[in-house]
Amino acid sequence: MIINHPLLGPRDSSEFVYLGDARLLNRPDWQADNALEQFIDYGHTRENPAGLHRELWYHEQGDRSWLVVTRNTVTHEITQVELARDVARTGGRSK
Amino acid sequence: MRYSGFRVIKEALTGHRGWGPAWRDPDPKPEYDYIIIGGGGHGLATAYYLAKEYKQSRIAVLEKGWIGSGNVGRNTTIVRSNYLLDGNEPFYEFSLKLWEGLEQDLNYNAMMSQRGIINLMHSDAQRDAYIRRGNAMILNGADAQLLDQKQVLEKYPFLNVKSARFPVMGGLLQARAGTARHDAVAWGYARAADQRGVDIIQNCEVTGFRIEGSRIRGVETSRGYIGAKKVGACVAGSSSKVMAYAGMHLPIESHVLQAFVTEGLKPVLPGVITYGAGHFYCSQSDKGGLVFGGNIDGYNSYAQRGNLPMVEDVMEEAIAMFPMLGRARLLRSWGGIMDMSMDGTPIIDKTHIDGLYFNGGWCYGGFKATPASGFVYAHLLATDTPHDTATAFRLDRFHTGHMIDEKGMGNQPNLH
Ligand SMILES: Cc1cc2nc3c(=O)[nH]c(=O)nc-3n(C[C@H](O)[C@H](O)[C@H](O)COP(=O)(O)OP(=O)(O)OC[C@H]3O[C@@H](n4cnc5c(N)ncnc54)[C@H](O)[C@@H]3O)c2cc1C
Repeated sequence: MIINHPLLGPRDSSEFVYLGDARLLNRPDWQADNALEQFIDYGHTRENPAGLHRELWYHEQGDRSWLVVTRNTVTHEITQVELARDVARTGGRSK
Repeated sequence: MRYSGFRVIKEALTGHRGWGPAWRDPDPKPEYDYIIIGGGGHGLATAYYLAKEYKQSRIAVLEKGWIGSGNVGRNTTIVRSNYLLDGNEPFYEFSLKLWEGLEQDLNYNAMMSQRGIINLMHSDAQRDAYIRRGNAMILNGADAQLLDQKQVLEKYPFLNVKSARFPVMGGLLQARAGTARHDAVAWGYARAADQRGVDIIQNCEVTGFRIEGSRIRGVETSRGYIGAKKVGACVAGSSSKVMAYAGMHLPIESHVLQAFVTEGLKPVLPGVITYGAGHFYCSQSDKGGLVFGGNIDGYNSYAQRGNLPMVEDVMEEAIAMFPMLGRARLLRSWGGIMDMSMDGTPIIDKTHIDGLYFNGGWCYGGFKATPASGFVYAHLLATDTPHDTATAFRLDRFHTGHMIDEKGMGNQPNLH
């Protein structure tokens, strides 16, 4: 698989480390009333779709940036690659 | 029909005209007492033990393709019970004991061969870990033996034990472990279940559940609605997909695992051997091919095929361990979809819906578990209580904190 890095261009996926579902970017609010439930869910349950999956890849052997890659889990086709930083900022985070 | 030596001779003399199909091909009935979703090893074994051990009837196994088309027909066939943790070891040892009597029980040649497994060790720390694991195994009624370098070399003289980086210091042997013919396990259970009246319905994909209130009523399938008092899902890599029909999200990710086989060679590898400095396991099939595999590719996948970086990684480990393998030609490689759980351990439990049960999260170790998984799942379905050896495989263990993390990797499925 080739990941088209937004800054560095096409890179082999073996340069990256895979973390999983991009939902992990959004940590639950630790002060919420049901924070415990939310964290158990955050830590352990996964959508695990057959089809499009937004997922976190870390460019460990490159510029060490985190990417959000949209990939089809049935065909391995990659359709979108974004910097995780940009995705988090668009979602309202400061960094 | 019973299979026997006498039968083989009789058929040989009469032109093999009397064999007939090993199981029927029935149409689904409108309703069953038990529906098992998934005609892999676990689903077929569950149906068999429900009928045989728990004396239940009106049972169907629904399989979306043909039986054995999933992981049961794709694995590297290693059967062992060399686990460390209390939640696991009694279950896997129960499984190994069932394997030991399986062929007589099923009247089917599953080519179960207790040729032994050696986990190689390459450091002092690994020796300590193996001693601890071996002791845990012995405490649970399994067998384990620590071998030094000389003893390993007696069995495998061609091993590269003097590698500067990863010298082989010895190994942990489980002599009762071995391999079984994977397809024959599926076929043997299918035939034996069919003989006890189980309907095995192929080309029948479950596409939804009919749930009224908090009770299961039946399943929607590609061959129409089928009613059921109890439904047990047993779909390995498709677990998240199928349980989502009941609104459930699971502590599971689906990942692809590849396996490889070389051209047929003369006997070189008497037992199963695993590399302790990486993740590589190898045995020789009765046809002569070396069958081996390594890690999962490491990213979510439902593709049933992997990518080249893992092929390279597995080959590197193979050559590091047995330099002589460099002359063997690779015949085939393939992939299967693993239901990787968050702690690397399976789940066999009820769900929040009455009459709906779940069995999955087998990671890449579910073949060895086939007999026990079927047995304890049948126990759960028939009695609504967990079998003694499977009390820890709870779905809610991630909430209660009772994870069973054999490798100590935490909630990162691609590291188990
Ligand atoms: C390459 C590889 C190597 C492995 N090596 C080993 C090993 O050496 N030792 C070991 O112990 N384990 C090994 N495993 C793991 C083992 O094969 C699996 O854990 C085990 O087979 C899973 O249980 P099963 O046999 O029931 O699964 P499967 O055979 O996958 O059965 C599940 C069935 O469910 C069916 N299904 C899915 N969705 C639906 C639906 N909606 N409706 C109806 N049916 C459906 C599928 O078609 C499939 O036939 C390996 C796996 C792979 C892929």
